[in-house]
Amino acid sequence: MLSRRRLVVLSGIVSFMALAPSAAHARTDEPVIAAASDLQFALTEVAEAFKSQTGRSVRLAFGSSGNFARQIRQNAPFQVFFSANEDFIKDLAKDGFMRDAGELYAIGRIVLIVPKGSPLQADGTLADLKAALADGRLKKFAIANPEHAPYGTRAEEALRTAGLWDAIKPKLVFGENVSQAAQFATSADTQGGIIAYSLALAPKVAALGSYELIPAEMHKPLRQGMGLTKTAGATAIAFYDFAKTPAARTIFRKFGFVLPGEAS
Amino acid sequence: MDWPALWLSLKLGMLTVLILLPLGVLAGRWLAYSRMRGKVLIEAVVALPLVLPPTVFGYYLMVAFGGGSPIGQVWQATFGHQLVFTFEGLLLASVIFNIPFAIQPTQRSFEAIPPEVREAASCCGMTPWQSLLRVELPLAWPGVLTAMVLSFAHTLGEFGIVLMVGGSIPGETKTVAISIYDRVQAFDDAGAAQMSALLLVISLVAITLTFAASRRIGRRLG
Repeated sequence: MLSRRRLVVLSGIVSFMALAPSAAHARTDEPVIAAASDLQFALTEVAEAFKSQTGRSVRLAFGSSGNFARQIRQNAPFQVFFSANEDFIKDLAKDGFMRDAGELYAIGRIVLIVPKGSPLQADGTLADLKAALADGRLKKFAIANPEHAPYGTRAEEALRTAGLWDAIKPKLVFGENVSQAAQFATSADTQGGIIAYSLALAPKVAALGSYELIPAEMHKPLRQGMGLTKTAGATAIAFYDFAKTPAARTIFRKFGFVLPGEAS
Repeated sequence: MDWPALWLSLKLGMLTVLILLPLGVLAGRWLAYSRMRGKVLIEAVVALPLVLPPTVFGYYLMVAFGGGSPIGQVWQATFGHQLVFTFEGLLLASVIFNIPFAIQPTQRSFEAIPPEVREAASCCGMTPWQSLLRVELPLAWPGVLTAMVLSFAHTLGEFGIVLMVGGSIPGETKTVAISIYDRVQAFDDAGAAQMSALLLVISLVAITLTFAASRRIGRRLG
């Protein structure tokens, strides 16, 4: 069965295969940055500022911090990790996946958001939410998944502080990350949700409903830490440093983040 | 419109088909003509990816090919980089997951060839290889075409597995299906709508081609 033609065809396929993967790796230094979903708009702007200032580009991947932490433990090729919870960075550093324990880059806030036409009010104290649970106005409420998304964990804490967790649990809809939670919370399929302040401030999201800050005392602080992984190259380090410059801090401030060292 | 993601998806589809073409033809042919006892079991294993949820599949792929597994470590030692979170890992997952799409239609079209035709070919002194190229493939081509078109279209649409073993790395594993998911989460409805419409058109064309070709399976010799 081993004819010459078959060998030629087979070797053609194999060499094609061998060529294709190497093309995929012929990449210039454009590091992939893992970023928590609450930074969807803020970090995109920071990356644009970085490009206009240094001419260098980075590739951004957004998702839940817990998910990225798991992937980094499996040697995912991220060079910088902007987490929504500094504990993820510290744990990764302890287990040898990061260069060092990283640093705090911002403190986040959560808001209650309601889509246009919702029977709920944008009441950050959650008093109206409590009333809505009692009188049946609330059918579905969106938060990020508390198991791996820091913004979901804080949403749960705020709901527990308000004494609403057990009553609202059967009505909860979980986003895989806080962006998806924002998607659900601003759709007509829920009456509202708890999402990141930085997402609510983005014009595209703000246009879809109204929101109000939830008092910071109702939950543990959202201490957002960033860190360089073991594979961080020159551009990654430059981007990490850029995130601490006044230009980047202005952008973070614009999206409602409290900066380390500044009063809220 | 995420052109790098679209190009990545097309490249993944084309390479998957390229690898599955010889595999599908040879395996489909063998299964069609074989009369061994355990054939049903083999056919069931071939059909497994059809019924298994993609996340289950993705999970097992991660366990089998991840950095902690023997296969993953051999790969790492041989090629210097890992299998998961790379295009190669995605290609491997795609090839495995499309095996039923590559084998079943080709098997059916080889089964539709009357045994007398194959017997006549061997009486004429043709080797099995010559018979395949000059007698069977010209008869069975609709099934082969169906298999390749379905594999290509299915690869374009694969999401669950890509999410689990891909990691959504732009330019490496961020396929167009992942990109659509990403655009929706970025509140970029225009971008998501554009790419979804394009995928819809491609899928429709693929299905139409498949149906047109499959009607010719088994009809040639009446």
